[in-house]
Amino acid sequence: MPDALLRVDHLTKRFGGLTATNDLSLEVRTGELHAVIGPNGAGKTTLISQLFGELAPNAGTIHFAGEDITALSTAARVRRGLARSFQITQLLFDYSALDNVALAVQAHLGHSYHFWADARSDRALTEPALLGLARVGLEGRAHVAVKEMSHGEQKQLELAIALATRPRLLLLDEPMAGLGTTECAATIDLLRKLKQETTILLVEHDMDAVFALADRISVLVDGQCITTGTGEEVRNNETVRIAYLGEGNV
Amino acid sequence: MARTEAAAGVNPGARRILLLRGAGLVVLAVVLLLLPMTANAIGDPALITLATRMIIYAIAAASLNLILGYGGLVSFGHAAYFGVGGYVVGILYFHFAADDLFLGFIPGSNQFLITLFAAMVVSGLAALVLGALSLRTTGLQFIMITLAFAQMVFFLFVSLKVYGGDDGLIVRRRNLLFGLNMANDTTFYFVCVTIAALYFAVFWRLVGSRFGLVLGGIRQNERRLAAIGISTYRYKLVAFVIAGIGAGIAGALMANFSKFVSPDMLHWSRSGELMIMVILGGGATLFGPAIGAVILVGLETVLTGWTEHWQFILGPILILIALFTRGGVLTLLENRRAPDA
Ligand SMILES: Nc1ncnc2c1ncn2[C@@H]1O[C@H](COP(=O)(O)OP(=O)(O)OP(=O)(O)O)[C@@H](O)[C@H]1O
Ligand SMILES: [Mg+2]
Repeated sequence: MPDALLRVDHLTKRFGGLTATNDLSLEVRTGELHAVIGPNGAGKTTLISQLFGELAPNAGTIHFAGEDITALSTAARVRRGLARSFQITQLLFDYSALDNVALAVQAHLGHSYHFWADARSDRALTEPALLGLARVGLEGRAHVAVKEMSHGEQKQLELAIALATRPRLLLLDEPMAGLGTTECAATIDLLRKLKQETTILLVEHDMDAVFALADRISVLVDGQCITTGTGEEVRNNETVRIAYLGEGNV
Repeated sequence: MARTEAAAGVNPGARRILLLRGAGLVVLAVVLLLLPMTANAIGDPALITLATRMIIYAIAAASLNLILGYGGLVSFGHAAYFGVGGYVVGILYFHFAADDLFLGFIPGSNQFLITLFAAMVVSGLAALVLGALSLRTTGLQFIMITLAFAQMVFFLFVSLKVYGGDDGLIVRRRNLLFGLNMANDTTFYFVCVTIAALYFAVFWRLVGSRFGLVLGGIRQNERRLAAIGISTYRYKLVAFVIAGIGAGIAGALMANFSKFVSPDMLHWSRSGELMIMVILGGGATLFGPAIGAVILVGLETVLTGWTEHWQFILGPILILIALFTRGGVLTLLENRRAPDA
């Protein structure tokens, strides 16, 4: 199908005896914000890690923009336009927030075999990086070392870094988890804007955010996608009610 | 929006540190310049050769710091490249003196610039080959494999009876450079100071460059680098080669300085000493390893004068220093926690 930016077919991932992804098929359409919800341990992070090339599936294929990327490295997928944010932040903690984003800008510009010129005063890196920080509301914290930043700020920084590579598909793993109410609202606002620019796969436990933002929602339970549909459809789905929503998660 | 200061990437609090560092550099230059005169004036010319050894080890330790401190790659075989650099000088001199050809087609040499360049090339190539293999592993495996490769190089030179085997090789005269009197220890000291100055200048540019930024990122979180599209293996390999070249420079200087090379230069304990210098002075800092080299060479010299069991005293001293400084001695001087990169 031409309008599927990402297509996952019969994906399976086993950890020993545990099947974390179980014959999972899924489609993300160009331009949509596709939410993936499911109880703890449903396999959401495992799915994202496979989409991003950090975990190799045991079976199944992943197509991105029509190309089979199942065997590609993470770096190669990023070059094709994928980006992810991490549920457990993966940042360069000794570096400043600006360094973190500037390095992503640098990676996006191409190779980094420049051995002489000072990278930290290179406007080709710092200017886009500062704009990126401003987008997530961190412009005032550019020179703060990441390890000195609050959890919420680190989450926002994750977003800014992912955006700096100008992705065609953004994989977000619980960007709202652990945020305060104001930060949460700001992130929802930002995602609403980002929706206009890029395709997003959003894993999130915050159901208000999910129903407010998502064009379509897939429900994951025990590694399987039990249904995909609009917010309305998912809310009214009998299986979902029993398997997930009914368990008091809403 | 972007303030000009921020856009230029200048940390608001950094100006004071920059000034302090500038002042520190001036003091360092003056000390290095006046050292030979002072040593002769106080009737202790041995200080000049001691300082020369410190400077040579400072280069060697700094080269290891590029991968160990900045890149977080715990290479336990760095003395191999130091030794290879030394042996290049030794072997080229051997064939120069015998007036024959190395491997049947390479003439010997006693020209400093030629042997130094050859040492850089050969050490770099050795690092390229061994690095390409060992960088496929990580963690403890990487430590063991770099050690194993270094031991292989060590035994290679032990078994080369032509070049003295265990006993090593004597370089009867120091290499020639621009008609300088290299036999004079003060002259040779200034040659080493000049090369060290150039080396540290290049090193400083390198770690602040785009490449340096990637290298520091590799130490902090490789997964993050992959996630922004950087394949880390090649960057690690390039860093490994640059580090090997640096050790080769130091080895070539050491061969000229002591007019002698032997497998002892490549012994694993030498690799350990270089690691101690980096950690002692402070990894991922420009001058930390140099300070570590000064301390370690200095302590060894003082303690060997006291007792033959000097290692039993050195150990506890090193542990105490490590305990009280944590991030290395340099952190005490600059009173900061974060490394440069
Ligand atoms: N590397 C691993 N080795 C073994 N088991 C794993 C590994 N990673 C995940 N699992 C298991 O796979 C299952 C799915 O984990 P996953 O992290 O994908 O869930 P999740 O849906 O993201 O949960 P949460 O909402 O808590 O983030 C869990 O049972 C987890 O314990
Ligand atoms: Mg998860």
